[in-house]
Amino acid sequence: MQQYKQSEAIERRETVPAQRIGRAFAQASREGRCVLIPYLMCGFPSVEQSLAAMLAAIEGGADLIELGLPFSDPLADGATIQHASHQALEHGINIAACLAIAHQVAARSSVPLILMGYYNPVLAYGVQRFCREAAAAGACGLIIPDLPPEEAGPLLEAAHEQGLAMIFLVPPTTPDERIASIVRVAAQEPRGFIYCVSLSGVTGARDRLPPHLQSFIARVRRQSAPYGLPLAVGFGVSRPEHVAEIARYADGAVVGSALVHLLERHAADGEAQRAAVRDYIRSLRECTVRLP
Amino acid sequence: MQQHLEQQKRESSAAGPYEHGAYPDARGRFGPYGGKFVPESLMPLLSELEAAYRQARLDPAFEEELQELLRSFVGRPTPLYYVPRFSQLVAPGVRVYLKREDLAHTGAHKINNALGQSLLAKRMGKRRIIAETGAGQHGVATATVCAMLGLECIIYMGAEDIERQSLNVFRMRLLGAEVRSVDSGSRTLKDAINEAIRDWVTNVETTFYLIGSVVGPHPYPLMVRDFQSIIGREAREQILQLEGRLPDLVMACVGGGSNAMGIFYPFADAPEVRLLGVEAGGQGLASGQHAATLVAGRPGVLHGAFSYLLQNEDGQVLGTHSISAGLDYPGVGPEHSYMKDTGRASYVAADDRLALRGLQALSQSEGIIPALEPAHALGYLLEMGARGELAPGSLVIVNLSGRGDKDMLTVARELQVTIS
Repeated sequence: MQQYKQSEAIERRETVPAQRIGRAFAQASREGRCVLIPYLMCGFPSVEQSLAAMLAAIEGGADLIELGLPFSDPLADGATIQHASHQALEHGINIAACLAIAHQVAARSSVPLILMGYYNPVLAYGVQRFCREAAAAGACGLIIPDLPPEEAGPLLEAAHEQGLAMIFLVPPTTPDERIASIVRVAAQEPRGFIYCVSLSGVTGARDRLPPHLQSFIARVRRQSAPYGLPLAVGFGVSRPEHVAEIARYADGAVVGSALVHLLERHAADGEAQRAAVRDYIRSLRECTVRLP
Repeated sequence: MQQHLEQQKRESSAAGPYEHGAYPDARGRFGPYGGKFVPESLMPLLSELEAAYRQARLDPAFEEELQELLRSFVGRPTPLYYVPRFSQLVAPGVRVYLKREDLAHTGAHKINNALGQSLLAKRMGKRRIIAETGAGQHGVATATVCAMLGLECIIYMGAEDIERQSLNVFRMRLLGAEVRSVDSGSRTLKDAINEAIRDWVTNVETTFYLIGSVVGPHPYPLMVRDFQSIIGREAREQILQLEGRLPDLVMACVGGGSNAMGIFYPFADAPEVRLLGVEAGGQGLASGQHAATLVAGRPGVLHGAFSYLLQNEDGQVLGTHSISAGLDYPGVGPEHSYMKDTGRASYVAADDRLALRGLQALSQSEGIIPALEPAHALGYLLEMGARGELAPGSLVIVNLSGRGDKDMLTVARELQVTIS
């Protein structure tokens, strides 16, 4: 009896959702590469197509998936994600519909899922209810771009109760002391990673990575290293060579807007769309390997 | 930061009784409302702004320059003017005074805040000013002070507002500002703010975002309240001089709420003065085509603050409608939410037709053409009089926040008059 209880406890501890994020980073690290995190908006171009795109991205080698939750006023996003968000809302997508998509992805794959969306829809849904249902749907972490640590208290508490990680963004303009305090909040268990924003600005594909990215990552690393918290880089990442560069000094790369463009380009043909996403992710995945 | 988190856990969401002068607290909250719900890029900037603002307010040189320009450039103090014939239209024995912000330079109260913030920007060494505008009054005020101080000025304006406020667009361009049309979302004020925030996030180091109302993240609701409170401070002094007592009722229209907060705040410590905010009822609350945030909304987060918000069940922000572009906004300043919940101020809605009636009545009885925004308060006051809600001898102040020139094309269209 005693024995059984113990193993059950171990089992439950093992299934803290956020731990799967850490494992995905650790696994990639053992393989000598960074993780690849595609961002896909739930319900864009349609519910079915977004679900198919997520599965295709997993097939192409995604290590984690970021599921976008649409919002009417996405003020941290550039034109591309704004458009996808608007389209999704036109299709009547709400939090419940997004969680249903997450649930379907989780049923078909063990890749950790992270939900990314603005605070107000979460607040309207109910912070505790949102976290409970997100965890039940198979999510492991949350990214809320308009919720800095100072305002995150209620959501952080609810997320942690459900074993979900809160993932905070750090842009290059953040002073060292502030990076240190964000890292301290982000490092509390259950935890995920630090989302380093490559540039000051909104989301959207750019031709090249900003010149000071490496020194910025090094600056964050100095604060995060004592906690062993991994660093992923997003905003403006779209090309294989971007991923290859990020792999040299960070632990993960996030691509988003480029996938929206890809889905648009092949909107007419579902099969071609899936193939395009899979091949694109595969081409990026090949670049995640750290060259000696 | 840890301390903040602990404090949040303890905090109850109830607003409690109104406490004058107690807010915003260190976290930028008015009771449960306000805060800083912004992308991380802006957090260091907001701290820097808060520190710079506090420092400026303690510096006699800053205060002196501001006061001097308010006098010589803006034309303050604005008169508090008794309108006998309009008072008669309201109800017998009622005395109505107008706080004549329409006589301030550029024709509206917006200049008080634009001047204050632009002096702060200059002091902080930021020479690129961005702002949003709805009716164009804040855009014109910002373009005006930027021209006067030699600052670069970019104004974001919804494409729909650009259409209905073409005259103000021309004024801004004439003043040397760049007007950027915003085509996303509902193409009105809310979307102009989104776009201005995106610009700000992108150009954090060089740019000062000159917000036009008591909205946005802390410290904006505080700063704008401070700069606009000159309206209420003057009015309080003037009414005591003219009537020897405080008014029974102070009224103002509420979009984001800057002119209302400007006149309410200096009276808010006097419990005998009733404060009444009038929101845009559009085509009627039942139609859903309105902008009556405090009357018909519920609390949520938009543009950096927790406050009442017009939103659907899913927390998506709703489109709004008002005859006046300046009130066409789904959010409202967090301090108004606090005043509503504590009962210190009350809020009602006047529809488009009532606003038009207010505009016509004041024009014909007093020779003053008000902007459509304060016309909502005037129209509602007429209705209060007709319903017998005002006892004889009642003393009322309405903040006449702007003049009506900008609205002539809209009004003509509504009255089915064609002017070329």
